[in-house]
Amino acid sequence: MNSTEKKILLDPLIDDNPITLQILGVCSALAVTTSLGPALLMCAAVTAVLILSNAAVSLIRHHVPSSIRIIVMMVIIASLVIIVDQVLKAFAFELSKRLTVFVGLIITNCIVLGRTEAFAMKNGVGLSILDGLGNALGYSLVLIIVAVCRELIGSGTLLGYEILPLVTAGGWYVPNGLMLLAPSAFFIIGFMIWGIRTWKTAQVEKPEYQIHEVHRTEVM
Amino acid sequence: MSVLQGAWLAGILALPNDSKKKTLVVALVLSLVCSMLVSVSAVVLRPLQIANATIDRQRNILAAADLLDENTDIADAFSRIEAHVVDLESGEITDDVDPASFDQRRAARDPAMSTALSREQDMAGVGRRARYATVYLVKDGDAVERIILPIHGYGLWSTLYGFIALEPDLNTVVGLKYYEHTETAGLGAEVDNPAWLSQWRGRRVFDASGAPVLRVVKGTSTATGDAALYEVDGLAGATLTSDGVTNMLHFWLGEQGFGPFLENMRKRIGSS
Repeated sequence: MNSTEKKILLDPLIDDNPITLQILGVCSALAVTTSLGPALLMCAAVTAVLILSNAAVSLIRHHVPSSIRIIVMMVIIASLVIIVDQVLKAFAFELSKRLTVFVGLIITNCIVLGRTEAFAMKNGVGLSILDGLGNALGYSLVLIIVAVCRELIGSGTLLGYEILPLVTAGGWYVPNGLMLLAPSAFFIIGFMIWGIRTWKTAQVEKPEYQIHEVHRTEVM
Repeated sequence: MSVLQGAWLAGILALPNDSKKKTLVVALVLSLVCSMLVSVSAVVLRPLQIANATIDRQRNILAAADLLDENTDIADAFSRIEAHVVDLESGEITDDVDPASFDQRRAARDPAMSTALSREQDMAGVGRRARYATVYLVKDGDAVERIILPIHGYGLWSTLYGFIALEPDLNTVVGLKYYEHTETAGLGAEVDNPAWLSQWRGRRVFDASGAPVLRVVKGTSTATGDAALYEVDGLAGATLTSDGVTNMLHFWLGEQGFGPFLENMRKRIGSS
């Protein structure tokens, strides 16, 4: 694997993470991360859709009329998502029940359309598959971290196995119900972005405007 | 012929991408290919999905009736259970409707098969109630061992669908189990918590006057003696889901729900 391929695959993990740097796909990161099981299934579903949609769009990229470019990509993505949903219902019924509508909503996950438009339209099939995989891994990394925090602090379990014995079951841990509500995912992702940008200062954005300092003479 | 087709295809592909003809052809071909893929996946996987849904439903019915443990063979255990369609108006088991094909949810949306509920009647938030419902009888020979009734009603975010199983005295609860809901994970979704569900066993539904009074209280039940038989601890942080459970029990076990059917069953079991 040469350095370009490596960069395409590994950059989205932290340096160009779709959630923490590009702030895409946050909705699903809120919705499916109350416990780790559904989050992992969601990661697998998004990985499949990202890789396949990138590959498909890259394959036909020389023949896509620019006037219907976005529609072409959406049709491909939507079809893939429906197929993934059908496969989950057939082979992972219990978990897919817990994901409910969120599998279908992968269609609207900005990461997928973002990668096909930004990368697969301009690059070969091999590189596009790598790019899809890289971004899927970056997305999954964030989802798994958020889900581990939320399930562990909110329910005292991981993948349903008891880690912190709850007070209600005779243990000592009082679960934090806030972690099970959507806002907690915002907090965790916010802290993650803060942490990453403190570590990698290159990610800090320039302020879009400068607060104007008011001098006493102007007020007078 | 194939040479001609090949030439035609090459001609199309060679067109500038933004020509009208190519735009139309690309859109058409893409739609065709995608719709074919989606249809094939739906058709091929459908039998598996139906099998999953059936097993899931049967598993939940067995769980409500407390007939499920880790080693249970679901199809085998379910062979002891008879499905019957009940006419909720008369409370009689009817043979007009085939329980294998009857879909209560679809029927509730069909005006010919259901009635709209008034605000006072509709305490469970179900909107329309189908005229028929499928009940399940666990039998040992001719004797009815357990009666399993489908219930549904609104919680906080969604309609909860489940089953409640009663002893042959038609008053004592065997178990309760929900098979579909989207309540908040960790709060309302604790309706699936086995520890909470185990409280239902042995509770009584009807008071001396025959009205359904079993309810989920807020917090921990403080009732003592016989009154404790009519109360189940609330779900912490999920008052609306808990109230939803209470409301759907009162609705489905009351006059609008299975009341007439339970009355008939009581007579029949009493006389036999």
